[in-house]
Amino acid sequence: MQYDHIIIRYGELTLKGKNRKLFTSQLLANVREALDEYKDIRVKKKYDRMYIQLNGENPDPIIERCKKIFGIQNMSLAIRAENDEKDIKKNALELIKNTDSVQTFKVSTKRSNKSFPIPSQEFNHVLGGFLLSHLDDISVDVHQPDLEVMVDIRQDATYITSKKIPGAAGLPVGSSGKSLLLLSGGIDSPVAGYLAMKRGVQLEAIHFHSPPYTSERAKEKVLDLAERLSYYGHKIKVHIVPFTALQQKIHREIPNSYSMTVMRRVMMRISEAVAERENILSLITGESLGQVASQTMESMHAINAVTSYPIIRPLIAMDKEDIIQISENIDMYEISIRPYEDCCTVFVPKSPKTKPRLEKVEQFEKNVDFSEDIMKVLEEIETIQVPQKDKKEDSLESLL
Amino acid sequence: MIYLDNSATTKPDEQVLNSFQQAASQYFGNPSSIHGLGKDAERLLRKAREQAADILGVNSLEIIFTSGGTEGNNMAIKGIALEHQSRGKHIITSVVEHPSVLEACTALEEIGFRVTYLPVDRDGRVNLTDLKEAISEETILVSIMHVNNEIGTVQPIEEIARILKDYPKAFFHVDHVQGFGKAPLDLSNLGVDLCTISGHKIHGLKGTGLLYARRGVRLFSLSHGGGQENNLRSGTENVPGIVAFVKAMRIMEEARLKKLPHLQQLQNWLIDRLETIDQLVVNTPSETKVPHIVHFSAPGLKPEVVIHALEEFQIYISTKSACSSKSADESAVLAACGKTEEVTKSGLRVSMSYQTTWEEVQYFFEKIKHVITNLSQVMR
Repeated sequence: MQYDHIIIRYGELTLKGKNRKLFTSQLLANVREALDEYKDIRVKKKYDRMYIQLNGENPDPIIERCKKIFGIQNMSLAIRAENDEKDIKKNALELIKNTDSVQTFKVSTKRSNKSFPIPSQEFNHVLGGFLLSHLDDISVDVHQPDLEVMVDIRQDATYITSKKIPGAAGLPVGSSGKSLLLLSGGIDSPVAGYLAMKRGVQLEAIHFHSPPYTSERAKEKVLDLAERLSYYGHKIKVHIVPFTALQQKIHREIPNSYSMTVMRRVMMRISEAVAERENILSLITGESLGQVASQTMESMHAINAVTSYPIIRPLIAMDKEDIIQISENIDMYEISIRPYEDCCTVFVPKSPKTKPRLEKVEQFEKNVDFSEDIMKVLEEIETIQVPQKDKKEDSLESLL
Repeated sequence: MIYLDNSATTKPDEQVLNSFQQAASQYFGNPSSIHGLGKDAERLLRKAREQAADILGVNSLEIIFTSGGTEGNNMAIKGIALEHQSRGKHIITSVVEHPSVLEACTALEEIGFRVTYLPVDRDGRVNLTDLKEAISEETILVSIMHVNNEIGTVQPIEEIARILKDYPKAFFHVDHVQGFGKAPLDLSNLGVDLCTISGHKIHGLKGTGLLYARRGVRLFSLSHGGGQENNLRSGTENVPGIVAFVKAMRIMEEARLKKLPHLQQLQNWLIDRLETIDQLVVNTPSETKVPHIVHFSAPGLKPEVVIHALEEFQIYISTKSACSSKSADESAVLAACGKTEEVTKSGLRVSMSYQTTWEEVQYFFEKIKHVITNLSQVMR
């Protein structure tokens, strides 16, 4: 007897009153999308949980995949039995027999189906006694058992499980609308995107590319990061902005100490325009207070002034070590540390203003008009959806 | 041809050769070059690294591609010893290790390290009590093979790792050359710090392999230069070799999932039959063994003679392992297991692969029986 179901339990979204259906439907859609490649399974939604009917599929990779889906509090492998004492006993016995090194166990019964004749407490004894008499070298330990046999007697059937596997928690991606992530290729911005996704945000991403100052490898790195992010939610559109001409112009026309501030402001203006075009209502950055020159209070004030869109900064109060820790946990770190320059590091002046003044920035910008350049750049944006299945990728995979 | 010497080396898989050929001709750029050709080669290398990590259940930053088992073992042992000698100068290994482990340890003894060589029981297994007695605060490395290359014994890696949890200063290296694809190791959970795998033992090409080094484990590099492989092994990467190796890993794992029981059946059948021949003694232990090796002795017979006699039927097996030759004709592994001289001097090894068929094993048995019967009549 093998496990034939996976039970998925919802997280805090059970608390969300009238929105509940919205959240659970979104989660159902996300689970189905994520498990698309498993053709034989069926995913069904019930009021307080979801069932994945395995139909013979190996549950391990499916559980691994589900661990990345936000909105799942925990999961259990389950055996479905008839609401019948004999059938439950038979399956519970198989479950223990197929679990390695069990010396102690306990039975916990939950009986939401009150038409089942034996009350929970009594059934614990009945089943526990049955298991004891059919197994050698095993005893009951109600405090710290090696295995807890959980029997859930419901209307449709009885589900027997043994442990809860923690899920990613959070809210289903898509349930909190869409936002545009400024994705540089460093350690911070992918983590910021991830944390926003965890709160149900669906992402698009924008990246500023300045060939030949930045290489194809830098662009590829960003696409790889976006692809990893997409595993936690949906496909992600990445808008690649050809930034070379604008960057050169800023470098030429703006005094060195302010060029960084102006560059960031131009990026914000372009990002806002892209967001507007895509019906997106907010921007996300990986800024963390005090990390670098552009992330002081004064800098943020000066940069933020160009847009009225909310800028979400999930990392704003986090320490670098903690950010790195998350980056490692979500498998972004190894990509983020690939040593290619992005557009933010290429033109960095020797001593950027750490405390730029807004009036001064505006003064400098008065003499230079960027609007036309921005319009032009918007026309030339290349939009790539990840994960992308291009020919190149396929030929690499066939080699391996 | 019936090739039963797969523990010495394997025949490269056709798909592996195709991958090598294509990678060598289409992705010949140097991964460190900044132009597009370099980029493509780098990307292929990265994909290969990710896939190798995936198969082993580890992080791609933990994979160092090498030229094979000998290099991996040296890199791990000398790398730990030289990097961490200030913490202690004691190393523990076993008497049945591959020469690349034993000789690396001997070399370290010459420059001031102390090495304990754990003995083994009759089945070739190390004793955990011996390990506990040998280990001290001075111990910086324990290096134990997963699967013995001569008789196929599987060492208690999990138990050793558990003991070493109490000695955080001691790193744990596992020579997994004979184990990969036959006896899996859960590197991410076991507490193994370093692990060596070789390409040509798994239908890849000679000159390829990898060393797994858990993140945070620092090694002294044995090859300085351009900083490739995480600064641990400088030198332009062997991209086509690596690609072929990782392809072989994948094919091997698929074969393991499908065909391990088949191999097990072949082995059981063969051991049962060999035991019916009076002149033979089976040395492969009956429990905790890999399914592809069957080692036996023909006391009183010179093993070379048996090998040559079988060769006439195009059957290829080996005497002791191809690369260990301590004394002229005695197997150090069998001697360490406490076998008699007659047994240690007449060892024969059959090592199968997932491609080995029932017909081949049956034919082999028929012929070995014939050969042994004939030869023992002549010799007596």
